[in-house]
Amino acid sequence: MATVLADLDFRVFMQPVVGGGGNYLTYLLFGLGWTLSLAITSWILAFVVGSVIGVLRTLRGNVLPRLGALYVEIFRNIPLLVQLFIWYFVLPEIVPLFGTWFKERLSPEFQQFVSATLCLGFFTAARVSEQVRSGIMSLGTGQYGAGLALGFNTAQVYTLILLPVAYRIIIPTLTSEFLNLIKNTAVASTIGLVELAQRSKNMGEYTSRLYESFIAVTILYAIVNLIVMLISRNIESATRLPGYVGGKK
Amino acid sequence: MYSLDWSSIPGAIPYLWEGMIRTLEITAVAVIAGMLIGTILAVCRLSRNVALSTLAAAYVTCFRSVPLVMVLLWFYLLVPDLVKRIVGNPSLDIRLLSAFVAFSLFEASYYAEIIRAGIQSVSKGQVSAGLALGMTSGETMRLIILPQAFRRMIPLLLTQAIILFQDTSLVYVMGLADFFGVAYNTGNRDGTLVELILFAGFVYLVICFVASTLVRNLQKKIA
Amino acid sequence: MISIKNVSKWYGDFHVLNDCSTEVTKGEVVVVCGPSGSGKSTLIKCVNGLEGFQKGQIVVDGASVGDKKTNLSKLRSRVGMVFQHFELFPHLSVMQNLTIAQCRVLKRGQGEAAEKALKLLEVVGLKAHAQKFPAQLSGGQQQRVAIARALAMDPIAMLFDEPTSALDPEMIKEVLDVMVNLAQAGMTMMVVTHEMGFAREVANRVIFMDNGQIVEDRPKVDFFRTPGTDRAQQFLSKILSHSAQA
Repeated sequence: MATVLADLDFRVFMQPVVGGGGNYLTYLLFGLGWTLSLAITSWILAFVVGSVIGVLRTLRGNVLPRLGALYVEIFRNIPLLVQLFIWYFVLPEIVPLFGTWFKERLSPEFQQFVSATLCLGFFTAARVSEQVRSGIMSLGTGQYGAGLALGFNTAQVYTLILLPVAYRIIIPTLTSEFLNLIKNTAVASTIGLVELAQRSKNMGEYTSRLYESFIAVTILYAIVNLIVMLISRNIESATRLPGYVGGKK
Repeated sequence: MYSLDWSSIPGAIPYLWEGMIRTLEITAVAVIAGMLIGTILAVCRLSRNVALSTLAAAYVTCFRSVPLVMVLLWFYLLVPDLVKRIVGNPSLDIRLLSAFVAFSLFEASYYAEIIRAGIQSVSKGQVSAGLALGMTSGETMRLIILPQAFRRMIPLLLTQAIILFQDTSLVYVMGLADFFGVAYNTGNRDGTLVELILFAGFVYLVICFVASTLVRNLQKKIA
Repeated sequence: MISIKNVSKWYGDFHVLNDCSTEVTKGEVVVVCGPSGSGKSTLIKCVNGLEGFQKGQIVVDGASVGDKKTNLSKLRSRVGMVFQHFELFPHLSVMQNLTIAQCRVLKRGQGEAAEKALKLLEVVGLKAHAQKFPAQLSGGQQQRVAIARALAMDPIAMLFDEPTSALDPEMIKEVLDVMVNLAQAGMTMMVVTHEMGFAREVANRVIFMDNGQIVEDRPKVDFFRTPGTDRAQQFLSKILSHSAQA
């Protein structure tokens, strides 16, 4: 252990990258950039799809809630890595229009990015739908009835009354879902997207400075975590309802 | 339309089965070790000893803020290096050992949080009752709190185990072949990658769906 | 105005409403009382279609509630409902609670809706709280806002589902006062409640329900004076002695 600590040399970050293009610090930061871009685009997809599925699951009736539940079961019971490979290797082969567009119109980097975004988006959407569903259910049936009693139709009850409050309730759980998403972007390295985790490995191998590389990347992930939590707390304060502690009276 | 060729699957079944054993081995080791270490971590987190609780908190925070992929890569590269320094043997292939260690340490941090929440959910009155009967804090924790905490947490612990079963597929990044790794390699070799990936996905879907349904039923029985 | 004919409802095997029939004419105030589980809340929720029913017919101002062709949203916008747990929208201010349905459902302009809201808030005595949020108000205040919210839609009838049951005792009077004034102004009202004082003061008729059936349906004076069924007598004596002590 002592030998490891004595050997640590953080000047490696200033060394130029094998193969050119800045020093290792910028190499890692660009990796962080890819990680964050992937996380944000996937999150947008996940949030939209997840909200729709979450709402579907709370509707009256049989067909739509079951379809929503089916979606969640499929995307939660297949490993993320397998899902990624399905998006990257399988779908371009068997889905006609999408496949040709994917294979012929996209550059390799974009192929990786698009597959990863679709994979992470739909995967995370299943989890977001659970949060949205539990947020809506925690409001109880009273709010839904009160909305209907005033003459609103179902769509209006959801958009004007249920969702504004439900989203506020689930801000903490959505935040932790987003943090999970950021971590999950690392699987994209398996199809060649050189994001942060992959770069830490590469750097370790190029420079033999394993410990420095991993320490730096751990710190970067921790910083991102902190920043996201700060932003989330700010959103929570900004949208807090005066006097409302949360949940049913 | 692409026509699917399932022919390479039957021949590969023995290898796929071996891969599944590998997956189950890793899952089992990680669940058991993870729960043991996790329990220790949880108890440390809740202890009044500031050093212990801070150390435990640091461990949990550290492992929870990085991707599992990263932890696997750490152990893939670091463990051989450490072993080299300690033992001096330059070419040990201890990837499986690395996988066991990596998964156990990683899962421990997640189990620690589940167990911590479980312990905290047992009412404080129970602790008072134990102490009032003359038990030490240690005995109270072991004989009164932990048993109750675990009963409540069983569904969550099992769900985490199912998640772990799925995450085992990530040993791919270490060049290890678990069930999914074997499926991928077979498909790659035979040119039937699409079919093998779909097959693997289907197997996981069935296993995990059955397992999570069982856990849900268990949850209903406990509640 | 409201006509309920032979309405029956089952939850699975449980017979919640058993062949209920009654009428509420314009300007009438009908109080529905009975032990818990008697189906009175369910019955009133059937009137504006919040609950469905398997048999029978309910007609509100000419529109049949059970008919698939009826525009339920439109019907509901014309019948006001007040809930046991107030159900104000927590993310909207008091003013917004009153104007949102006016604007979105009745398509009134923002200015017109706000004016109406302020007038109603004045009637229920809460004009000063217009910009507050529901969580900042007491239970009694919230329920009065809820009544104003329902009135803002200019309803032809008002349904009340145990409006004071969730209130602390000292706040019951302020809500009942609003309801009494409403009754005296001629509003058609159907009120599920245990507050017999209210019934005695402004009700025209009292309906007693037990086990999903309408057991008694008589003019107020008769109901309180002469003995009807045993069940109603038992129920009344329990409530009245309790409120006499309160």
